[in-house]
Amino acid sequence: MLNYVWLGLIVIALIVAAVNGNMADVGKEAVNMSKTAVDISIGLIGIMALWLGIMRIAEEAGLIRLLARLIRPITRRLFPDVPSEHPAMGAMIMNIAANWLGLGNAATPLGIKAMEELQTLNPQKDTATNAMVLFLTLNTASITLIPATMIGVRVATGSQDPFGIIFTTIFASATATAVGVITAILLGKLPAFRNTDPMKAASESSGDSNSL
Amino acid sequence: MGELFKNIMQIISDWAIPIMLVGIPVYGFAKGVKVYETFIEGAKEGFEIAVKIIPYLVAILAAIGMFRASGAMEIFVRLVSPITDLIGMPAEVLPAAFMRPLSGSGTLGIVTELIKTHGPDSFIGYLASTIYGSTETTFYVLAVYFGAVNIKKTRHAVASGLIADAAGIFAAVFICRLLFG
Repeated sequence: MLNYVWLGLIVIALIVAAVNGNMADVGKEAVNMSKTAVDISIGLIGIMALWLGIMRIAEEAGLIRLLARLIRPITRRLFPDVPSEHPAMGAMIMNIAANWLGLGNAATPLGIKAMEELQTLNPQKDTATNAMVLFLTLNTASITLIPATMIGVRVATGSQDPFGIIFTTIFASATATAVGVITAILLGKLPAFRNTDPMKAASESSGDSNSL
Repeated sequence: MGELFKNIMQIISDWAIPIMLVGIPVYGFAKGVKVYETFIEGAKEGFEIAVKIIPYLVAILAAIGMFRASGAMEIFVRLVSPITDLIGMPAEVLPAAFMRPLSGSGTLGIVTELIKTHGPDSFIGYLASTIYGSTETTFYVLAVYFGAVNIKKTRHAVASGLIADAAGIFAAVFICRLLFG
């Protein structure tokens, strides 16, 4: 996908420049922007190092566990199909907490662990359960408490207000999370998706065997 | 009303970072973490991340720079602005919104170019920064997690993820318009 977008951008640039007759600007800008890319990345090193250093301390101190305890009551309500003492619940909560803290490296292994545990509850191994869909929606639309990379880019480009995006980012990402959760739950109730629910199929077939 | 809200947000923004920078090491120390050594370990990772994104940024910034310099960006803006104006989004920001669910590094490149070109403290600068943090790379997340357990039928996962992405982007436009527009 990115192949087409990237190639499209530079080919269109060449064609438009040929029509407009400003080819010299295009070459100059390619060179300028390459230099800018490196300048920004270099400017990013300091703040990324500072932030990830602090967050490593948070990780070692057990901050993920602390946050996990806070979100456990909500998570239990969101996943009625998952027994609250099942290891899947623990892994999901830890993954969500790590995501909120922006600890991507810690979040991914926890998320894969959560998926493996959810799979043990899944009677139909090739089909996503409602719990899996909701869990992944929470991952694709995670709340961002501290947008560290963007703060870094803003510092590197000379912003007077690099932290000014913290609130707007929390607001936008929390909206995405809320809408994602509601959408995942409501779509799961639509006939098309309800009929493919592995848990429903399993409970019906076990009901049949009982009646026999 | 908007002004008071803005002031409160400013205070939270001002205090959040220093409190975390001090609070987390103090909390870690109380929990018996070797705070200095641990900080250095994490900082090395930060260094690596910043260096690792250079090739991605060069690729995207050079391509968009060429696109902009040729005059193609102006044409693009003129074409899509009737649609983006409806929701109050500057047309320049639309590519970042479309790239968001597809590629994290691609979005970082587009957003960085917008911030560089329009200034980090412009409306577009705030909006682009907010869009980057508003959602995750949906298709990447789905591929990694469903791939890990061999799920083929993903049911309503893509729809839920993309609707959430759209909601995040609309929310970013709304809140940035309100505070910085």
